[in-house]
Amino acid sequence: MDNRIEEIRKKALKQIEEAKNLQNLELARIKLLGRKGEITALMKTMKDIPKEKRPEFGELVNQAKNQIISDIAKKEEKYKQELINKKLESERIDVTLPSSKVKRGSKHPLNRVIEEIEDLFVSMGYDVMEGPELETDEYNFERLNLPQGHPARDMQDSFYITTEHLLRTQTSAVQARTLLGNKEKGPIREIVPGKTYRREDDATHSHQFNQVEALVVDKDISFADLKGTLEIFMKHMLGENTELRFRPSYFPFTEPSYEVDVSCFKCNGKGCNLCKKTGWIELLGAGIVHPNVLKMNGYDPDEYSGFAFGTGLDRLAMFKYGITDIRLLYENDVRFLSQFDRMD
Amino acid sequence: MLLSINFLRDYVDVDKDIDIIDFAEKMTKLGSEYDSAQKFINVDKLIIGKIVECNEHPDSDHLHVCQVDVGAKTLQIVCGAPNARKGIKVIVALAGTQLPDGEIKKSVIRGQESNGMMCSIAELGLDNKFLTDKDRDGIHELPADAPIGEDAIKYMGWEDYVVDFDLTANRGDLLSILGMAYEVSAIYDKKVKKIDISHKEYNENGEQTGEYKIDNDIEYIEKNIADETDKQEKGKELDFDLKINTENCKLFLARKVMNVRIEESPEEIKEKLMASGIRPINNVVDISNYVMLETGQPLHFYDADKLSGLLEVRMAEDNEKLTTLDSQERTLTTEDIVISDGNKAIGLAGVMGGLETEITDDTKNVIIESAIFDGVKVRRTSNKILRSEASNRFEKGLCPGRTYMAIERACNLLEKYADAKVLEGISKYDKTDKEYSRIDITVSKINKVLGTIVEKKDILDVFRKLGFEYETEGNEDDITVIVPKRRIDISIKEDLIEEIGRIYGVDNIEGRKLELPVKKGSYDKIKREIRNKLASLGLNETLSYVLVSEEEAKMFAKNDYENVKILSPLSVDKSVLRQSVSTSLYKIYQYNKARKNQDISIFEVGKSFYKDMDNYVEENKVACLMTGDYNLGLETKKVDFYVIKGIAEELLDDLGYEGRYSFVVNDKIPKDLHPGKSAMISVNNNMLGIIGRVHPSICEEEVYLMEINLEKLLKLKTGKMKYKELSKYPAVKKDLAVLVENNVPAQELQKVIKNAGGKLLQNSKVFDVYTGIGIPLGKKSIAFSIELSDQNKTLTDEEINVVMAKIADNLSKKCGAMLRK
Repeated sequence: MDNRIEEIRKKALKQIEEAKNLQNLELARIKLLGRKGEITALMKTMKDIPKEKRPEFGELVNQAKNQIISDIAKKEEKYKQELINKKLESERIDVTLPSSKVKRGSKHPLNRVIEEIEDLFVSMGYDVMEGPELETDEYNFERLNLPQGHPARDMQDSFYITTEHLLRTQTSAVQARTLLGNKEKGPIREIVPGKTYRREDDATHSHQFNQVEALVVDKDISFADLKGTLEIFMKHMLGENTELRFRPSYFPFTEPSYEVDVSCFKCNGKGCNLCKKTGWIELLGAGIVHPNVLKMNGYDPDEYSGFAFGTGLDRLAMFKYGITDIRLLYENDVRFLSQFDRMD
Repeated sequence: MLLSINFLRDYVDVDKDIDIIDFAEKMTKLGSEYDSAQKFINVDKLIIGKIVECNEHPDSDHLHVCQVDVGAKTLQIVCGAPNARKGIKVIVALAGTQLPDGEIKKSVIRGQESNGMMCSIAELGLDNKFLTDKDRDGIHELPADAPIGEDAIKYMGWEDYVVDFDLTANRGDLLSILGMAYEVSAIYDKKVKKIDISHKEYNENGEQTGEYKIDNDIEYIEKNIADETDKQEKGKELDFDLKINTENCKLFLARKVMNVRIEESPEEIKEKLMASGIRPINNVVDISNYVMLETGQPLHFYDADKLSGLLEVRMAEDNEKLTTLDSQERTLTTEDIVISDGNKAIGLAGVMGGLETEITDDTKNVIIESAIFDGVKVRRTSNKILRSEASNRFEKGLCPGRTYMAIERACNLLEKYADAKVLEGISKYDKTDKEYSRIDITVSKINKVLGTIVEKKDILDVFRKLGFEYETEGNEDDITVIVPKRRIDISIKEDLIEEIGRIYGVDNIEGRKLELPVKKGSYDKIKREIRNKLASLGLNETLSYVLVSEEEAKMFAKNDYENVKILSPLSVDKSVLRQSVSTSLYKIYQYNKARKNQDISIFEVGKSFYKDMDNYVEENKVACLMTGDYNLGLETKKVDFYVIKGIAEELLDDLGYEGRYSFVVNDKIPKDLHPGKSAMISVNNNMLGIIGRVHPSICEEEVYLMEINLEKLLKLKTGKMKYKELSKYPAVKKDLAVLVENNVPAQELQKVIKNAGGKLLQNSKVFDVYTGIGIPLGKKSIAFSIELSDQNKTLTDEEINVVMAKIADNLSKKCGAMLRK
């Protein structure tokens, strides 16, 4: 009797083993476990077994049946997986074909430099201000301690529109507006980036160019504050190793006044063509706000003090991106513009 | 400003082996930036030699083969100079010497060995303007007693350094050797040396009557010379009339010297002049330049015998003529100061003398003028006529003490180098302010402004080094500085603080982190958002010029405003401020087109300008220009109206104006756009932008533009972004196609659908427009996808049908649209 069960079991396992695909497996399942299947038939012989042997018989048959079910399931799973794999393989694509990305535009290098400067100063509590480009003589000169007849007015030959109106020659023109507007006399921290205009056009000068101006006014603002601020600014723009050199100079709207050189970032101060072998590059004008400027714009110079500085952005952008010809900045050749198309 | 170190040494001790670069950098840190610093004759070594034998070259008709004794040995040198001959002393460059034109090498010239070169002056690298024919044509001949084998440049007195300084506009005092000497004396803490202004005085008959002499240091002379001169001259004047008929001359001094002997200046004077950039002429003229270089005070010498008995300073008459030293006839105006002889102008004050009274080789007697003219007037005249060494100094301002000093110094030198006899007496007109400016300052103010802790004694030491007198009576903190008149740049406390900063050393001041209340800074976020958005849509940002031509200024702009014009433009194509940003973008398009760049998609946020009555208006705009292919991923689309409209809508949606803008065709559209392919952009019924194709008569290629006035747009508030309850009930999508006249804009139909749909209408989109087979001529089929839903319930078929019927009905009534089944 045991032999019979064992024989059927072995035969069944062999059939499962030999089933080549899902259909064959299904046929084997029906043949073994179906209503007319061999295991079902075996169960039906239970009644012919002596009563006391029935539990043992049942147990054996069940064991065989479970093994068969489990084997079929395993095999079935295997064949199904194979089918899926085959399907997936048939769907394989060429991942190296071009994507459907949208063409990127770009932002002008000069505006990128402005953004970088804005972000730095905004993080230090400065407000970014904008002023008119078509200015009055009063704000562009008069209120900045540049009265009629002052030689510095000749120095910066200007685009006048009427005797009172001109295109601003410097972003400093916004200083007086800010001072006059600040009725509560709270601390002023502002930067003014923007376009400026001078009546000159040659290989190194563009009649339209860009500057950024900073003004800080409060009680007890000193030269040391100016120096510290410029150190942060220049190291941020040109690298941590940048050194600054302050040369006493002259501007009508500041006293003391300084021209500020930075150590040449191309040769690290050793001397090269960019710095004309001096190791220094002249980059900024700076100083302590002239008491006349404070006075003319509603501030008591005995109580308040401030500093201001300004720099040309065209040169800064050229240095930053290694642009060798200033004209590229204003020609707007799209092959040039397209290069500034990512995070930096 | 070219500074000769030899010249400087006359007034302050400078180390014999000065490191010139170190010196120049020290001066730079004090505010006088140097451009170059090098030897006057930039050659390592040149030796004195003697031609001991000179034979004609066997194979040449002009070369000589010379044997030259250079001390240690005798060299054979082949030389082409016509003046090469036996016995003369010459300047020899040995083989290996680097001359300005190249290295001297041993060579064989037509078979004859040559071991060096005998030099002409031209070959030493001297500026062309200093060279005479003699200097170019032949080798330089040294005096017979020149020591063979010694350094030739040193022997000639030409061993000098020249530093070229770029001075700041306020430091006129540094346009003089004396000014530089003060500056250098402050760096090295040395005293400024004395100046010799003594000279004998004679009467008309040439008999000595006395001696002018002030034996004291320069600071004393500068301060007291007016009084000293009065004392010494006892009020004696020259026998001609001096009339000052203008406010623009504050000080005028004149002296007369007699019997000058005109010849070449001594080498020492010539060298200092050349090193300072001035061409030597003759001893008399050279002295006027020399004294100007020393003292900063320009002098003018007149040939006394060509003057009448009168010198007058006045403003010129309109159209008055004067022929200046350079033989040019100048036409003057009432803004020019002139010197006149009573009849006519004989000199342009502060700028240039007249030809008629100039010093010539025959001049015997000289009138010396030393004066101060108004700087602003001189500047204007010199800008108009000629900028000169003199005008440059008048413009920057002069020190009266130096005006007196200069005239006596000139007498001293004329006596010494031109055998002149100085006539006793001086004509003078002096309305200068005799008061000294006193500035009160405190130690605490200085430290407050600089952000330092400099002690009082160190501050006083700076003033001492600068040669400033001071008083320290009163409060411990107080200092009163009496500003010397040479320092016209110093008038307020802050000027003194700058001096402390300079001499104390900016490097010694530690930078400090600004300490102000913490606050968040602000910037224009919207403009940056606009620029980011357009860049992310694939457009390249430009930065264009605001100045354009008259015609360009009005392109793509409303034409009812006046152009803003530049009074004196650089050129006609940059003479007017643009009224639209698009006009600049169109220029950029043309530029790129000329460079064969295709597919241009550019944008800019910038300003445009116009004049409205008497007001000048400037407005921020955003403009885009697109042409060629626009790349949307794998797909490439040729730019048409709808592509740029898409950009405009993306931008407006992004800024929060979704559903509030429309594209309107009316008569405000600029004439430079294609009338059938353009529109005004309206937001909340404000016409604030244009969009469309550039008119084909302007540009054949299809170029599209869009420009929005940000000034107007950003005044329109956008709602706050707020969450809206999601409908729990499903939305229903229905399609609806109608047949309408071709000229009915989709926007009109959509408006009707929106009104008819009411609350239930969530969305309506055009998904198809069709003309052609099956559609009557002049009509179009337009299909909408309409989305309906109710917040509170699921819509029944019946409710949906009612709404759809109402929409169809309204479309029919209001737009003549026929429902297509």
